[in-house]
Amino acid sequence: MTECALELERITCTFVSRDDPGQRYTAVADTSLRVGAGEFVSVVGPTGCGKSTLLNVAAGLLEPSAGRIRVFGDPLAGINRRAGYMFQSDALMPWRSALGNVTAGLEFHGVDPGQARARAEEWLRRVGLGGFGDRYPHQLSGGMRKRTALAQTLILDPDIVLMDEPFSALDIQTRQLMENELLELWAARRKAVLFITHDLDEAIALSDRVVVLSAGPATRPIGDFAIDLPRPRDVAEIRVSPRFIELHAAIWAVLRDEVLKGYAQQRLHA
Amino acid sequence: MAAPTPVWRLRLYQALVLVAVFGAWHVLTSPTLLPSWYFGDPYRAAFFFGEPLKIFARIWQWFASGEIFVHLGVTLFETLMAFAIGTLAGLGIGMWLALSPTASAILDPYIKALNSMPRVILAPIFAVWFGLGVWSKIALGVTLVFFIVFFNVYQGVREVSPNVLANARMLGAGPRDLLRHVYLPSATSWVFSSLHTAVGLAFVGAVVGEYLGSARGVGYLILQAEGTFDINTVFAGIVVLTVFALLLDGAVGVVERRLMKWQPRQGETEKL
Repeated sequence: MTECALELERITCTFVSRDDPGQRYTAVADTSLRVGAGEFVSVVGPTGCGKSTLLNVAAGLLEPSAGRIRVFGDPLAGINRRAGYMFQSDALMPWRSALGNVTAGLEFHGVDPGQARARAEEWLRRVGLGGFGDRYPHQLSGGMRKRTALAQTLILDPDIVLMDEPFSALDIQTRQLMENELLELWAARRKAVLFITHDLDEAIALSDRVVVLSAGPATRPIGDFAIDLPRPRDVAEIRVSPRFIELHAAIWAVLRDEVLKGYAQQRLHA
Repeated sequence: MAAPTPVWRLRLYQALVLVAVFGAWHVLTSPTLLPSWYFGDPYRAAFFFGEPLKIFARIWQWFASGEIFVHLGVTLFETLMAFAIGTLAGLGIGMWLALSPTASAILDPYIKALNSMPRVILAPIFAVWFGLGVWSKIALGVTLVFFIVFFNVYQGVREVSPNVLANARMLGAGPRDLLRHVYLPSATSWVFSSLHTAVGLAFVGAVVGEYLGSARGVGYLILQAEGTFDINTVFAGIVVLTVFALLLDGAVGVVERRLMKWQPRQGETEKL
């Protein structure tokens, strides 16, 4: 790893309640994270631990209270132009067809409409939606919408791909298909990926490295595991390999306490 | 759930309702059909409530002689202008205020005040400002239409999904792209729901304006007929206005269906 694609340095995010300035909530505290160029890094942590906050900071959508962000060595100001972001929930424009959604990014970048269309059709075929370009998002299934979102993000060929639990809403079969597709696309282009999930199996199966976050508030990384499983991988098959089970046990030992803490805190607030 | 009634049967029943209403009206007001059971004089009911046959004869005569066209043209022109200006102004100002929090915070109490004001009362003032021609009617219609559209656009822009917005920004959308490709389409569904109300109010503006002082228009015809207690002509004017309001509403519906085809509709399965 020669170059660092994304570098979060001592990031802290404190939210202040608008109605009551005394109410503060520190979602992320003093967190440093590096993603090398072409590296696939997953971040796991209990629910509500500020994983999405971290991703929004990396995308430039959210300015941290303290800390620095570097993108390929340059400090980040405003939106991260070298990153693509795949959101957890549906973020497709419902008034545009699947094709229209995939061309959107090219359109915003001033690409000639005819050329944008041709490239979008190619991408739709690549994610297995060749004949569905004229469908509107509500006419697509959840898995198809995710594929559209994937094509929409990757068509701009971003150097960094940020993914926020992109497959968490899918059923397990569709999910494994999508994970394999993602690995294939990633292997072909080798972009830096920062992948957020609460599913440890998914994290290990996909990644080069898994970072474990502590329970919120004041989330920080508490473990960093290199995943030395051979590639190319099949996410369903790799789950039964002995090394996978070993890694899973090691990471889960760290994660379990945090999950329990997070759960206890949520019960406290409920 | 019971199977839905086929469209032609619905249309038939709707037509029957119309026929029944006019039939009852005819029977109850005709001086010769039934003995008068409420008024002493058999012609009294017709005097107060008009007679459907004479109303339709009147409408027929209006269209046959072409007498109505100049009046109808004026009223429709006023209505369409009020509708267009009010909608565009509502759209523009609604967008602007929804996207600039400071301006909206400053103007908020005034907008609420203007909206709660009984605006029909402005008609005489507009007559003084703009004269008795079409523009005072258009101005009244605009004040009625504007607020309906304005509030809906304002709401529509504020309820844009933050996810869709963030996604568009990550895809490289600048402020103008966001306005055109995110805020505007997102607000349109709200706008269309308001336009159906707005069409009716544009008519109200035009007719009330004409009623208060004019030399042309369907409202003027109604006022003239009222002056001579010609109740049939009053009703004829009301019927003509109603039909044209329905036609305009239908036109809005057609445009809506064409522009909003991305919206999910319920019950898209077909019984085989």
